[in-house]
Amino acid sequence: MSMPAETDDDGPLYAPAPKVYPQSIAGRFRRIKTSLLIVCLGIYYILPFIRWNRGPNLPDQAVLIDFERKRLYFFFIELWPQEVYYLTGLLILAALTLFLMNAVAGRLWCGYLCPQTVWTDLFLKVERAIEGDRRERIKRDGLAWTLDTWARKITKHFLWLMIAWWTGGAWVLYFNDAPTLVRALTYFQAPVAAYAWIGILTFTTYSLAGHLREQVCLYMCPWPRIQAALTDADALNVAYRYDRGEPRMAVKRVALEHAAGRPAGDCIDCNQCVAVCPTGVDIRDGAQLGCIQCGLCIDACDQVMTKVGRATGLIGYDTEAAIAARACQAIPPKRRIVRVRTVLYAAIIALVGSAMLYQLATRQVLSVNVVHERTPLYTTLRDGSIRNAYTLRLANKQPEERFVAISLQDLSGADLTVAGAATTHGDPVVLVPADSTLEVRAFVSVHRRDLSAASQPITFIVTDVTAKTTARVRDNFFGP
Amino acid sequence: MSEAKHGPDLDTPTGQTTTGHSWDGIKELNTPLPRWWLWTFYLTILWAVGYWIAYPAWPLIASHTTGVLGYSSRAELAQAMTALEARRDVQSAGLRQATVDQIAADPALTRMAIARGRAAFGDNCVGCHGQGGAGGIGYPNLTDDEWIWGGTLADIELTLLHGARWSQDNRTRTGDMLAFGKLGLMQRAQAESVVEYVRSIAGLDVERGADLARGRQLFVEHCVSCHGSEGKGNRTLGAPDLTDAIWLYGSSRTVLVETVLNGRAGIMPAWAGRLDPVTIKALTVYVHSLGGGQR
Ligand code: SF4
Ligand code: SF4
Repeated sequence: MSMPAETDDDGPLYAPAPKVYPQSIAGRFRRIKTSLLIVCLGIYYILPFIRWNRGPNLPDQAVLIDFERKRLYFFFIELWPQEVYYLTGLLILAALTLFLMNAVAGRLWCGYLCPQTVWTDLFLKVERAIEGDRRERIKRDGLAWTLDTWARKITKHFLWLMIAWWTGGAWVLYFNDAPTLVRALTYFQAPVAAYAWIGILTFTTYSLAGHLREQVCLYMCPWPRIQAALTDADALNVAYRYDRGEPRMAVKRVALEHAAGRPAGDCIDCNQCVAVCPTGVDIRDGAQLGCIQCGLCIDACDQVMTKVGRATGLIGYDTEAAIAARACQAIPPKRRIVRVRTVLYAAIIALVGSAMLYQLATRQVLSVNVVHERTPLYTTLRDGSIRNAYTLRLANKQPEERFVAISLQDLSGADLTVAGAATTHGDPVVLVPADSTLEVRAFVSVHRRDLSAASQPITFIVTDVTAKTTARVRDNFFGP
Repeated sequence: MSEAKHGPDLDTPTGQTTTGHSWDGIKELNTPLPRWWLWTFYLTILWAVGYWIAYPAWPLIASHTTGVLGYSSRAELAQAMTALEARRDVQSAGLRQATVDQIAADPALTRMAIARGRAAFGDNCVGCHGQGGAGGIGYPNLTDDEWIWGGTLADIELTLLHGARWSQDNRTRTGDMLAFGKLGLMQRAQAESVVEYVRSIAGLDVERGADLARGRQLFVEHCVSCHGSEGKGNRTLGAPDLTDAIWLYGSSRTVLVETVLNGRAGIMPAWAGRLDPVTIKALTVYVHSLGGGQR
């Protein structure tokens, strides 16, 4: 298929993506990034193997999403499907944390923590180790392919694919018992779904981190657009201090310009900041969508400034307000971290976070739900008393089976029987299996003379016979 | 629109080309889409073509293209249903071998029986007995503790299998409330009298000045053979207890007099042969679980 003629007089509609060859750089931010890379990847690969004892009946994997048994385990937390609202809470927290980060110090997420950044960084390290740094790579790609080029390219792609494969391999471990699955995978006895997911993640990792790289941030990810709308002049961002850098010129020209009474900036226009940039943008054009604020251009520029004997920090974390003030010789405003938006974000985070913590801390390990039988609403018995039927659903969220006693409150003269229950101390008792729910049918009958209204409130109380914990649920008792 | 120009139009502040479109002097910068994006678009088209070939896609005049994979959602459903049936067969093996009493003694079997019984009840029984066995006038409420033909598992199963007053089944439950009026055994006044007596033993209010002794006399003559000397009924004959609070046709004087004069003979069909034994057992356990089941 040949490309359609996309160019008319008004310029091209489609353009080839320019290939970015980021140069390696050493420095403060590179060190931070490398440490974070090791920490993030370390957590990702090791977490599924961490064990957490939950007793004999439950899995002992610290972090496990068990689709088969419909449970989510996270260390001491165990969630049931009906508690999935915690996930909503987590998503809210995640979004607000991003907002807060952004209001305080720009795209910290993009620059240091985003999987796209972390994996791309890792893939770049491999690329550099095999094909050399920026210059070598550009040169090699410009020449006809030799055997050496072939060998290097094949090695690189092979290593990329291996990393990608391991990424997918670790992914599936979060959904199964890790050691068992690893064994099954090596003997080719794992479920097809496991291989399929490994395949999918291998493909996405390899193409996103190996081939698409900055294109993901530029064209696919929504976050740059959102964050552009959220940032303000008081947010710290990686910035080129144009007040100090402009007009740019070569070191040699400075003396000449000064002699002529013209200003001269500190930027020597060496383009090092562009060469190291993983997204290939020029920070000197100002804050922009393409800049993920990884800080590598700070390292690059600092190195150059040190070499030419000028103060470092021509590129650095700064606020637009401060730079603009200095540019017109004004005193830069004091940096304000406490602003309406940061306070608001922090307050909502605190609110949602503490609500979730409270929920978790007071999470009921024994709970009960009730459904009142509607057909018939009530039954008249031989002796004239009125009986209502209820379906009680008892949930035992503990790793052991529990005897649970069921009793009534609020309705005087009521008699309770529970199908299939034994009776101790007058109350019906049922055995709820470990980590499951049990549905029982409860019948409540009241003599007609004890009924004061057509509908009366009634409370079921369920009590864990051993632990004495209770849960209650309200409903109504209906009569003629 | 601007007039036709030659060569791309440059926007001075950004150094970028514009699309040449201008509205009120505002021009749109041309930010070309990366070419790979276009390729992914072509790829989706290719994918669609592959899909047409692999799966049913295009409507024809009388049918549609079937796709080389031979997929059909109908076939998939049939397959799922067959698998379900097979699984049910395995599950119902337990129900097939056990008696209703054995089922009731095993919590797992009971749960399965109740689930199946509920479904079968909805399909076959609610027409007369109502959703949840609530019953209606002339159709017994299955949730209460009054049983015309007995409320043990065995009783219920027997009634289900052979029905009541179901002439095609010779093991059906039999026993009629005679039409004392029509048969000339009682006059209306006598019926009214016996009704007052019955209301008195049922604990219902009695008309002032009613001659209960005469009512009792009539009751002893005509009713005790089925309903018993104390009016407690007789389940083998399907004669209900007249002393409790449950009245199949209602307890008002008019209804009771009508019952005495014209008789009653509600019919329940026999289900043996219409429903398989497993379903009948499941229905038995389900009905027994509704609240009135007796041991
Ligand atoms: S732009 Fe999106 S994909 Fe790129 S680093 Fe930021 S969050 Fe990640
Ligand atoms: S401009 Fe600087 S901070 Fe922004 S992405 Fe490039 S190197 Fe990183």
